[in-house]
Amino acid sequence: MQLKDEVELLRRVPLFSNVAPAKLKLLAFTSDRVNFDQGQTLFKQGDPGDAAYVVLSGSADVLVNSQSGEIKVATLEPNSIVGEIAILCDVSRTATVKANAPLETLRIRKDHFLRLLAEFPEMAVEIMRVLADRLSHTTAELSEARSDLRRKAN
Amino acid sequence: MDKNLAKYIWRHTSRHQIWILFIILLSMPTYFLSLDLPKQIVNGPIQGDGFSTPDAKEVFLRLVIDLPDWLSKAQPYVLFEGFSLERLQMLMALSGAFLVLVIINGLFKLYINTFKGRLGERMLRRLRFQLIDRVLRFPPNVFKRVKAAEVATMVKDEVEPLGGFIGDAFVQPAFLGLQAATALFFILLQNVWLGLLAAFMVGIQGVVIPKMRRRLIRLGKERQLTARQLAGRVGEIVEGISSIHVHDTSNYERADVAERLGRIFKIRYDLYQWKFFVKFLNNFLAQVTPFLFYAIGGYLALRGQLDIGQLIAVISAYKDLPSPIKDLIDWDQQRIDVQVKYAQVYEQFHVDQIIEPAIQDVTSGPVAPIKTPISVINFSASDDSGARLLENITLDMRPGESVAVIGTAGGGSEALADTLVRLVWPEQGRVSINGEDLLFLPEAFTGRRTAYASGDAFLFQGTIYDNLTYVLKHYPVRERVYEGAALAHRDWEKTEARNAGNPDHDLHGDWIDYATIGVDGPDELFTAMEQTLEAVQFSDDVFDLGLRASVNEKVHPAIPEHVVAARKALRTRLEEENLASLVTSFDAALYNAEATVAENLLFGTPVGPELSNTNLASNAYFRSVLAQAGLDEALYRMGVEIARNAVELFRDLPPDHPFFQQLGFMTADEIPDYQALLQRLQDKPFAQVAEADGKRMMKLAFSYVEPRYRFGLLDQEMMDRIVAARAAFHDNLPESLKGTIEPYDAEGYNKSASILDNVLFGRIGHRHADAADRIRAIVRSVLDDLDVSRDVVRVGLEFNVGVGGRRLTSVQRQKLHVARALLKRGDFIILNKALSSVEQRTQEQLVRSVLGEAARDGRKPAVIWVLSNPNLARLFDRVVVLDRGTAVEDGNYDQLMARKGVFAGLLAS
Repeated sequence: MQLKDEVELLRRVPLFSNVAPAKLKLLAFTSDRVNFDQGQTLFKQGDPGDAAYVVLSGSADVLVNSQSGEIKVATLEPNSIVGEIAILCDVSRTATVKANAPLETLRIRKDHFLRLLAEFPEMAVEIMRVLADRLSHTTAELSEARSDLRRKAN
Repeated sequence: MDKNLAKYIWRHTSRHQIWILFIILLSMPTYFLSLDLPKQIVNGPIQGDGFSTPDAKEVFLRLVIDLPDWLSKAQPYVLFEGFSLERLQMLMALSGAFLVLVIINGLFKLYINTFKGRLGERMLRRLRFQLIDRVLRFPPNVFKRVKAAEVATMVKDEVEPLGGFIGDAFVQPAFLGLQAATALFFILLQNVWLGLLAAFMVGIQGVVIPKMRRRLIRLGKERQLTARQLAGRVGEIVEGISSIHVHDTSNYERADVAERLGRIFKIRYDLYQWKFFVKFLNNFLAQVTPFLFYAIGGYLALRGQLDIGQLIAVISAYKDLPSPIKDLIDWDQQRIDVQVKYAQVYEQFHVDQIIEPAIQDVTSGPVAPIKTPISVINFSASDDSGARLLENITLDMRPGESVAVIGTAGGGSEALADTLVRLVWPEQGRVSINGEDLLFLPEAFTGRRTAYASGDAFLFQGTIYDNLTYVLKHYPVRERVYEGAALAHRDWEKTEARNAGNPDHDLHGDWIDYATIGVDGPDELFTAMEQTLEAVQFSDDVFDLGLRASVNEKVHPAIPEHVVAARKALRTRLEEENLASLVTSFDAALYNAEATVAENLLFGTPVGPELSNTNLASNAYFRSVLAQAGLDEALYRMGVEIARNAVELFRDLPPDHPFFQQLGFMTADEIPDYQALLQRLQDKPFAQVAEADGKRMMKLAFSYVEPRYRFGLLDQEMMDRIVAARAAFHDNLPESLKGTIEPYDAEGYNKSASILDNVLFGRIGHRHADAADRIRAIVRSVLDDLDVSRDVVRVGLEFNVGVGGRRLTSVQRQKLHVARALLKRGDFIILNKALSSVEQRTQEQLVRSVLGEAARDGRKPAVIWVLSNPNLARLFDRVVVLDRGTAVEDGNYDQLMARKGVFAGLLAS
């Protein structure tokens, strides 16, 4: 796959959809193309976060450790980005990500990613939007889970 | 060392100085004769004295012993009757004799100068050695205030002029003095008045000129001082430039500088005036004497009281007089200069409490182990600022126990560890082993039976092996056996070393003390080394260093032998584990997409500069191959495309942008160059492109790897052409380039490539996650199966750590220090925050494995470990807690926890 195809793929990622193509090309060039086999992990929960991944093709499971073992909390589809939280707020990885099919990704290093955010405010806004979206989802799920619990307790 | 330089020189060289003085005395008669001979030549054959008739003859070389009357009244005793010669014959004979005397004088001079030079160099060697010897015996506190560079300069530069002077110290004044005296005596013999006159003038020169020169020296010193101050002031101006601007004081600074420059000018001008006046006076005095000789001598000759020959001889003798006088004056000046320098160096190297030489005596053979506790008794110490490090500490470190030393911040735990190995000296109290004060125990005892490693790990430049075995090099265990010329050279080395008061140990002998650590030779030592490296988790690092090194076949024959097998085994393993796509193997018929274009063209490892990356585009043969394949234009076009892509991507970025790290083939500064170059080359046919521009573009293409850069510039057709050119390149390789490239050979060992490259025989793909780590793990297991891993470790041990160990990371340096402390197998192992750079999580594993390794094979050394992490104290038998320089708690972990004192507080925080 050539750089220009990668740029096409990146444009389909909502996070980057508003970024100028020239900048996307730079992003693609400075990122590493990394392929994972089925079952290979991208990163483990608890690892220090050093990069974010954009899924170009294939799919991956997001797994969280709990007392009852690993729980799958989401599946990553092409054009989604993963691992950005750990590099944004300097915490260790909050989940494990494992490829469930041959996976093609673009690996964006932490310093490059932060630099991009500083240089392209539209990207920062987009990130905020995605995060807020996720937060509202999580909040909704949380309240649902709480009311479930209360119902069960009653 | 004596405080007085002359005494110092005399003490070490008196025998030689006397010998050379004797030689100088011996040379005087011939010197005197060579002065006398011109008179005889002029008076005799030239003027015709004694040759009144054409066939008159005179006697030549008649040797008579004619004792003065007051000694003996006997008739003169004739040794040799001599030859009877005619006038012309006599002229030739006398001239010939003159020539012989000149040669003899020259030979004397040659011998004297060589002897003096050797004397001086030997003394310089002795002096330098003594200085370094003193540095090795300085007490530890001295190193807190001396600067390493200053000591080095003193040993290297400041004593250098002493070497030149030492040979001349006594010889020069004696020689010159005698020379001058001989010449003067000769003149006196010819004519008393002329002699007295010459002596008088010489006296003036000898007394007045040095006095005037003293002022020159003083002025010179002032000049140096003011210049140094000016330099300091300029530095101040530069550093304080912002203060100058914001306070509008630039004109004050100007005035200050102008004033200083004025003072320097005055000194320098004075210096010039004085210097040239002294020169004038010296020349005048030297020249006025011949004037007096011509005037008075001529007058005397006219009066018949002096013959012409005598006059000429006097004048020619006088010619020899000023130069010894001048040299004597110079010598005196040099003496003052050198004496000052010597006194300065002497002062710098004379420190209080210098360690007695006996404490560092060479001790061969085994040393008794320490079986008693190391006792710290009422010990107090301060740092050089006077702050207390330790306050009245009393405790025993018993053999065989493991002790964790924990300190509060500034508690003095590190100083306590240093105390045990004499790195901190007491103000009060002492450390004693078996009742003896540690300060007076020989280093041969403490240095072999105790081991020490600290966190600020310094390594000497050398290989890892050198640094590991460094702790075992106490004395030359086995002399190397020399033969023939080498033996002669070794004997010479020994004699010369003794002559200069240096030790004559053979540095190239075997210094490794195998016996003390209980191994029988290099092989067992290597096993011990592997164990200690494993204990500090450094073996994998060493293995990797080995993998990345190329191998000397003669030293490690096993590796080349097994490389091909390893290569095949790796292939099989990769295929078994479905990982074959991780490595793209080299294949003579295929393009290797993971390798650069240049690697694909050359299909081999360049040896030497001819075909290296920088020179490849300039190599005539290589270029001709490209041209024949039509690749030169294609590669040029490719380079242009690469440049265009890079410029487009990076043109708007500031030069310090981290993205530039991704751009391997171009730096940030080059972007504008390439931009201009692209402008210039636009639409230009290839034939018209300048050679240098073409090369630049081709170089870009050479380093291109498609999967890495992904510009889409390599299609199948291009790759096929490159593979075809590769074949052509190797088929027609000219004789002159035969040794400059080692082709990839699937069945052979490539000695210029690293072990890893040899085993891989290909390139790791750019696209696979963790490919490099996974491959390395498989390579390791493949080499383990073939039983060559240990050889790779041996290769890794030959890795040069660089100046101060800088080619290793700080963690690696610390691990190496701990490993060698373990390797020494001492009775007390003291680790002073020795692994502080290691990540917290692995620290516990390391402490466990190090304690385990120390106790291997039933050994039971005491381990005293100053820990930065108090949590690890539970792994030790005993815990000592220091707070503000005193030992506040001492007991086992559980006891201290139960006390809920300082230790429990430290753990909780």
